Amino acid sequence: MRFADILNFAWQVVRGSRSRTALILLAMGIGVAAVVIVSSLGEGARRYVLDQFGSLGTNLLIVLPGRSETAGGAPGFIVGKTPRSITIDDAIALTRSHSVKRFAPLIIGTGDARWNSKNREVPVLGTTADYIQVRHMEMAQGHFLPEGDPHHAEPVCVVGMLVRRELFGAQEALGEWLRIGDRRFRVVGVLAPQGQSLGFNTDELVMVPLASAQALFNTDSLFRILVEAKGRERVPDAREDVLEIIKTRHEGERDITVITQDAVLATFDRILRALTLAVGGIAAISLGVAGILIMNVMLISVSQRRKEIGLLKAIGATSGEVKMIFFTEAVILALGGAVMGLLVGKLGQMAIGQLYPAIPFSPPWWALIAAPLTAIITSILLSVAPARRAAQLDPVQALSRR
Amino acid sequence: MIRLSTIERVFLVGDEEVHALRGVNLGINAGEYLSIMGPSGSGKSSLLNILGLLDRPNSGRYELDGRDVTGLGDDELARVRREKIGFVFQFFHLVPRLTAEQNIELPMVLAGIDPAERRQRLNKLLAEYGLEDRARHRPDQLSGGQCQRVAIARAMSMQPRIILADEPTGNLDRNTGQEVMALLEKLHADGGTLVVVTHDNELGSRAKRRIRIVDGQIVGDDSGT
Ligand SMILES: Nc1ncnc2c1ncn2[C@@H]1O[C@H](COP(=O)(O)OP(=O)(O)OP(=O)(O)O)[C@@H](O)[C@H]1O
Ligand SMILES: [Mg+2]
Repeated sequence: MRFADILNFAWQVVRGSRSRTALILLAMGIGVAAVVIVSSLGEGARRYVLDQFGSLGTNLLIVLPGRSETAGGAPGFIVGKTPRSITIDDAIALTRSHSVKRFAPLIIGTGDARWNSKNREVPVLGTTADYIQVRHMEMAQGHFLPEGDPHHAEPVCVVGMLVRRELFGAQEALGEWLRIGDRRFRVVGVLAPQGQSLGFNTDELVMVPLASAQALFNTDSLFRILVEAKGRERVPDAREDVLEIIKTRHEGERDITVITQDAVLATFDRILRALTLAVGGIAAISLGVAGILIMNVMLISVSQRRKEIGLLKAIGATSGEVKMIFFTEAVILALGGAVMGLLVGKLGQMAIGQLYPAIPFSPPWWALIAAPLTAIITSILLSVAPARRAAQLDPVQALSRR
Repeated sequence: MIRLSTIERVFLVGDEEVHALRGVNLGINAGEYLSIMGPSGSGKSSLLNILGLLDRPNSGRYELDGRDVTGLGDDELARVRREKIGFVFQFFHLVPRLTAEQNIELPMVLAGIDPAERRQRLNKLLAEYGLEDRARHRPDQLSGGQCQRVAIARAMSMQPRIILADEPTGNLDRNTGQEVMALLEKLHADGGTLVVVTHDNELGSRAKRRIRIVDGQIVGDDSGT
């Protein structure tokens, strides 16, 4: 029997028994769709979380003085003597690495900010012009700290939204002179509201050039260096380079810690992926149920079509051909169900996406492959038994009216 | 061409053995026209099924065209059936969801004959059996006589040399029955071997050779006119 004819024959059956076909397609479709939708939800959640963290800058490395044994663990855990401090020249040296795109050194302290009669104790952050790019921040007004030699202490500052509101109220802040400690700084910009990030609220910050902060707090050592790698995949290289460069500058001593955002993200990624896989797997049980339904329906079909099977054998069909006919029928149903399920799943996922536009719902690629494949494989395996039963039917008995 | 020797067919019904055929010896030459008659339950269908390789005897030997087919495997039997034997049944056994022409085509489809050749033979058969304007009708839209014509056309589609018919007119009225018999006899006239099982004495006596079977044994083999 030719393959095209087997297909055609099976197709006639599938088309002929509409309600039976519809039932199977429905069951199969629901199963596949469930897997697609559920895994879309999981994948959506994963991407949502990653995006949230990603907005911090996944290319970010944080360099801090002191060596901690477990990277990413409690920073500043010191082995032996007090660590050598990191200086602005150490930071500048980092640009020698080909994997480092830019960096921003940080000095942090608190100061008394005064304007006219108002005053407020604020965290003061000393950094350089690149900071705004490294942290993906936006300005509300004016511009950020000026570019130029980080050793040069220009008397300018950028204030957070909260500071602006509390000190200046309704008045224009740009161009005003703000007094911090015994120094005066001209306000050149106001940060857009950012909210909490990396441990402190930028809305209540005042930012000054690095050298100014050094003078203000009378220190040379940096609190941290934020390093941006040239890409996410360059982060490990950047990390190696940073460690190496500082080590040579510190007389062969590895006395810094480098934290990468990626290590944290990778953990989240793993957890959420496993979760998606688990719920997808649970949904896949419905595929097993659909497979059993196909088996049952095929078994019923075999007993309903005993006469037909008997006839096929009488007119020269081999057992193998009879088996193939029933098998093909099951495969067509399974394929149809899988395609239908993918469509329904895609629609469902789009519908949910409409309801929650913030979360990037989309089925993971493995679900798009695994769901229909599981559907097809279970039904193929489960339809072996009915097909074999058909093939083993004795033609004389099948044809007799008994 | 066909040689049955000491064929036994025993069915087990519960603990009881039912002897459908007991020591049947029968030789049939190519181009013969046989009728098999006998009371109900005498083993006519059992004999026909064995002749048609649908069933296997419990013992005895069956030679077809000089070849011992008693021990052949299922697939081999299916192949012999497809090439040499055409069946016509009392209850037509058409596939209800297929059209008349699809039913007729079925043996050729199973044999893997290519579609162009199939179409050609199909057209010839449809014309021969007066089914052209019924080609696309399904069996439930056909009369009994038309159904049996479709079934005969189907049996003939592989151009077998042996036609076995088990009460082909059993479900038809007298006139239609005569028509169907005429069609079958035409095959015989064209040189085919025809074996007809029937209850009807009149139909049975149309055959050149009349076999009578009672209780699983051949009790009469009459070749007179
Ligand atoms: N599959 C079977 N299982 C058990 N007994 C069977 C089977 N097939 C046939 N028989 C028995 O074998 C005997 C012969 O049956 P068979 O069908 O050959 O008779 P028949 O001559 O064709 O009868 P009818 O004229 O009613 O068709 C009967 O007694 C029947 O009950
Ligand atoms: Mg009978």
